[in-house]
Amino acid sequence: MLLKNIDNPDSADINVYKNSGGYSSLLKALELQPKDIIEEVQKSGLKGRGGAGFPVAMKWSFAAADPKFPKYLLCNADEGEPGTFKDKIILEKNPHLLIEGMIISGYALGAECGYIYLRGEYPKSRDILNKAIAQAYDDKFLGNNILGKNKKFHLSVHFGAGAYICGEETALIESIEGDRGQPRIKPPFPVNAGVWAKPTVINNVETLSNLPYILEIGGEAYSKIGTPECPGPKLYCVSGHVQKPGVYELPMGTTLREIIFTHCGGIKDNGKLKAVIPGGITTPILPPDKIDCPMDFASMPKYGSMLGSGAVIVMDETVCLVKVCWRALKFLEHESCGKCTPCREGTGWLRKILERIENGNGSQEDIGLLLSISSNMMGKTFCPLGEGAASIIQNFIKHFRPEFEDHINKKKCSVRI
Amino acid sequence: MTVLSEDVLKEIVSVRKKYPEATGAVMPALYIVQREFGYLSFDAYEVVSNALNLPRTIVKGVGTFYAMYRHEPAGRNLIQLCTNVSCMILGAERLVDFLKNKYGLEPGGTTTDKRFSLMIMECIGACGTAPAMLVNDDLHENLSEKSIEDILEKYK
Ligand code: SF4
Ligand code: FES
Repeated sequence: MLLKNIDNPDSADINVYKNSGGYSSLLKALELQPKDIIEEVQKSGLKGRGGAGFPVAMKWSFAAADPKFPKYLLCNADEGEPGTFKDKIILEKNPHLLIEGMIISGYALGAECGYIYLRGEYPKSRDILNKAIAQAYDDKFLGNNILGKNKKFHLSVHFGAGAYICGEETALIESIEGDRGQPRIKPPFPVNAGVWAKPTVINNVETLSNLPYILEIGGEAYSKIGTPECPGPKLYCVSGHVQKPGVYELPMGTTLREIIFTHCGGIKDNGKLKAVIPGGITTPILPPDKIDCPMDFASMPKYGSMLGSGAVIVMDETVCLVKVCWRALKFLEHESCGKCTPCREGTGWLRKILERIENGNGSQEDIGLLLSISSNMMGKTFCPLGEGAASIIQNFIKHFRPEFEDHINKKKCSVRI
Repeated sequence: MTVLSEDVLKEIVSVRKKYPEATGAVMPALYIVQREFGYLSFDAYEVVSNALNLPRTIVKGVGTFYAMYRHEPAGRNLIQLCTNVSCMILGAERLVDFLKNKYGLEPGGTTTDKRFSLMIMECIGACGTAPAMLVNDDLHENLSEKSIEDILEKYK
């Protein structure tokens, strides 16, 4: 559904999109009242695909109910979580699906202006999106008088400049406003006071791309796909040691085992599975005996992890997990916005300890130190980045403590990749 | 003092129109100026602040926060190589060593002939085809020592 047509080399072109029924949901939407669209989304049970899994209709109704004007619709296309590359395929292969979804959402919310916040690492996506937006203006799907129906929606791309934290809603807002991308304190929530203090809805690329389909088949039918708690199709992107890495569109709730062994053809070069990070590097790592978990927002916590962005990183036995942990911390240290001390100092401290363990200079106290620093960070950071760092440490040690101990005892890495 | 051409100024003015407030245009304007001059000099902040009629401190605050604004001239071709987890487990670090040994290119550095600069990246969204790099705006995937050599041949 989301990946329809993508094998066509011209799938980003508006005519290819229209010929396969594209923009017909927009026509349908414009015949409805905004509240009916929100109602349809409510029935669909759609949950945000950016990581948090918040019910979309609820978010929308908060913003729609706010009398302040104008309102804004932002598309979060800042997928910066290492391991994640699912939105890119929509941005580059099916941009009109997203644009159509945004016009429909804009109309439902009463927003007349939208921005796609695109990460700076995607220059090709920027060019494709800009071209697609220009085509949509030419065909009167965007502009002051959409399809002659006296409805207005303007859309442009805001190109980020390399800051992972801008994927966080309030930091993204700061960045669009032309400020340093540092998270804001909540409340007020963006739905009431977002960009330029106006009601603002921020949804992920994949979320917004579900809209045309929901209107096409109806919320009721949509809610039958996937699991009752988390309906719909889901894009899972798989990287690492599998035979066939890539983006897979599967019903929400497909198990990790099925994704890895059925769809991705199992472990590369007949290797043995050692660990899986199921939803982007900040989600808790899982050992092989936990891969029967259904990959959806509701089930993953029961298995001690999170769905996150649905970015599965598969690791075989050649991988040193102390090193992976170190690399993840190095990333978070680099991306910490510096606003709060536990995160700014904690990420660097943890990274240094991991570095010395990996290099064979770790001491017996180090594991305890890692645990105590991370537990002191938990719940004390301003935004989820710092907490993510702490949870990485705790989960790596919880499942793979012997590997850390082995490094310390032998004063070297036994698996070095 | 850097002077912007008429065309560049026009481009900044047109970008400004996309936002209800001038501050919204700071990031795109910095990109435009960086594209023109290769990096952001002290002067660059001045010209952007004049073009958008904003205090220079605001403009500079933005320019120094984001990783993709450069403050030194880069080589003719900018290599942005990812070494994050998905790329790392598939050998990205060997590629870093290779660039060092073969081209004398250190992370953050530029070759003596100014042909290449290297930036180590934190995920460029090509994890499924790791290891990966951008050279200027072009994405190259499934890299190996051999393929990197062939690819870089094309950038003079
Ligand atoms: S937790 Fe880290 S990224 Fe988040 S606000 Fe604090 S310093 Fe910034
Ligand atoms: S981890 Fe290298 S591109 Fe994502």
